[in-house]
Amino acid sequence: MNMKKIRRSLFSRTTLRAIVSITVFLILWEAGSRSKEWAGFTMPWIGLVPPPTSVLAVWWDLLGDTGYWQSWYLSLMRVLSGFVAAMVIGIPLGLLMAVSRTFNSITFPSFEILRPIPPLAWVPVAIIFWPTEELSIAFVTFLGAFFTVVINVLGGARSIDMRFYQSAQAMGSSQWDIFKRIVLPATVPSIVVGSSVGMGITWNVVVAAEMISGGGGGGGSGGGLGFFIWNSYVGGSYEQIVIGMISIGIAGYACSELLRGIGGFFTPWLRTR
Amino acid sequence: MASAQHGAMAPITSKISISAGEMVVSNVCKSYGTGLFEKKVVKDCSFSVERGKLTVMIGPSGCGKSTLIKLLAGFEKPTSGSILLNGKPVTGPGRDRLVVFQESALFPWMTSYDNIMYGPIARGENDQKARDLAEFLLDKVGLRDFRSKYPMQLSGGMQRRAELARAMINNPEVMILDEPFRGLDAMSKELMWEYYSALYEESRRTTFFVTTDIDEALFLADRLIIMSNIPTRVRATIEVDIPRPRKLADFFLGDRANEVKMTALSLLHEEAMKSFSGGSKAAADFVESYARRSQRA
Repeated sequence: MNMKKIRRSLFSRTTLRAIVSITVFLILWEAGSRSKEWAGFTMPWIGLVPPPTSVLAVWWDLLGDTGYWQSWYLSLMRVLSGFVAAMVIGIPLGLLMAVSRTFNSITFPSFEILRPIPPLAWVPVAIIFWPTEELSIAFVTFLGAFFTVVINVLGGARSIDMRFYQSAQAMGSSQWDIFKRIVLPATVPSIVVGSSVGMGITWNVVVAAEMISGGGGGGGSGGGLGFFIWNSYVGGSYEQIVIGMISIGIAGYACSELLRGIGGFFTPWLRTR
Repeated sequence: MASAQHGAMAPITSKISISAGEMVVSNVCKSYGTGLFEKKVVKDCSFSVERGKLTVMIGPSGCGKSTLIKLLAGFEKPTSGSILLNGKPVTGPGRDRLVVFQESALFPWMTSYDNIMYGPIARGENDQKARDLAEFLLDKVGLRDFRSKYPMQLSGGMQRRAELARAMINNPEVMILDEPFRGLDAMSKELMWEYYSALYEESRRTTFFVTTDIDEALFLADRLIIMSNIPTRVRATIEVDIPRPRKLADFFLGDRANEVKMTALSLLHEEAMKSFSGGSKAAADFVESYARRSQRA
């Protein structure tokens, strides 16, 4: 991308609208929070939330705090380990279920019974199962992405156009060749979709898991962003609660953007639409 | 366009030696379901696809032509009867009979070039000879500049040409085309007829071509097979003895072409009327367009 293009996309109408959207949101929030000082009455709900200006002030101080960054790091590591494990196990499993009728009929019923169980319902069992609390949280995070990834891969591989198989077979493709050059690339878009949905769920799950389990073995300030929020609530720092929430939002968004980039790299034929 | 480029080029026979096969279909029946739910789609169908000839099959839509294609290609097996290629029974799909499907079945994740090279690579023949042939065919179908484009970046006509090239590189003994130009606009359709006709005249590869378009059928055919309504049988066979090379500009001015056309249309009309009384939507459409056509003629 050259400079001209960057400038055009930076100052485009879409960017302008995004700025307006966030600014208006912040102004409304500030006004709502300061309703007591400014208008003499407390707005319901928003009136008790700290205003963005004081959140920003506290945040500024936190930026130099290693404990805060430690929380980022811990949550991110848990999300990544759970997510990567879900991809590594989920993609082959989904593909295997799609190509083998026998394997599918053996695994699918158990899979479908386990799938509706919310990851958080696994927390007590996970704590019993795994030797360390860290592993328990990673496991629950893994479950969050795992089922979504498998279902998407399975659905994607199943919906491949029959004519692709027929053409490939007629042109002399072996089973393995068909798998490698037809099934796999045809499933990549579903893998991308499954992983981005799964990534969203892992962030939902990790935060809740950290709150429930008390933040893992890091001790004191080292408990992840979920624990950071909970700790701030217990300690009465409402600004930090909001900071924790926004941090998760930013982290989740960054992860999704990264996945979109990686997904685009693996599906060059979809970029041309 | 395509046809202009193509005239100046070396004929396809300079690169591949065509070995044209011959297919004989005898007493083929195909039904789906069993017992009470049995539905006969093809009934007692017999015809041959002659060596080096372009055989066109036409019939009312929904008459089971696509089923016949699946049987010829070996994707499905007939309930009874036999299908022979060069005297040997067809047992499954093979590179000796390649199908070009209606609407594109190009692999969306591969560029034009990779699509064309699919067959050779699948058979472990990714050598210089195959790559040269792929380049030659890209030129032949006028897609040299689009070799690294994905199917989605190609127009409808380009997609069909890429698919023709993808089939041709495997040098099949019989080409099977299932309404390959369906869905193209009138203009590109006519261009494709001329283009395809010239391509055929160059190679004289045995071809089985299925369509619902009477003009397309007549312009391309050496032999026209008219099918009955479901269950599909052969209603009539007409030899289209109009000399090649054919040009679309004057083709339908000839007496013979129009004579054959009227015979074919009245047979098709009869078949369509039968399914019309059976309440088929496709047949109703056909009868309506037939009425309009004869008013114009």
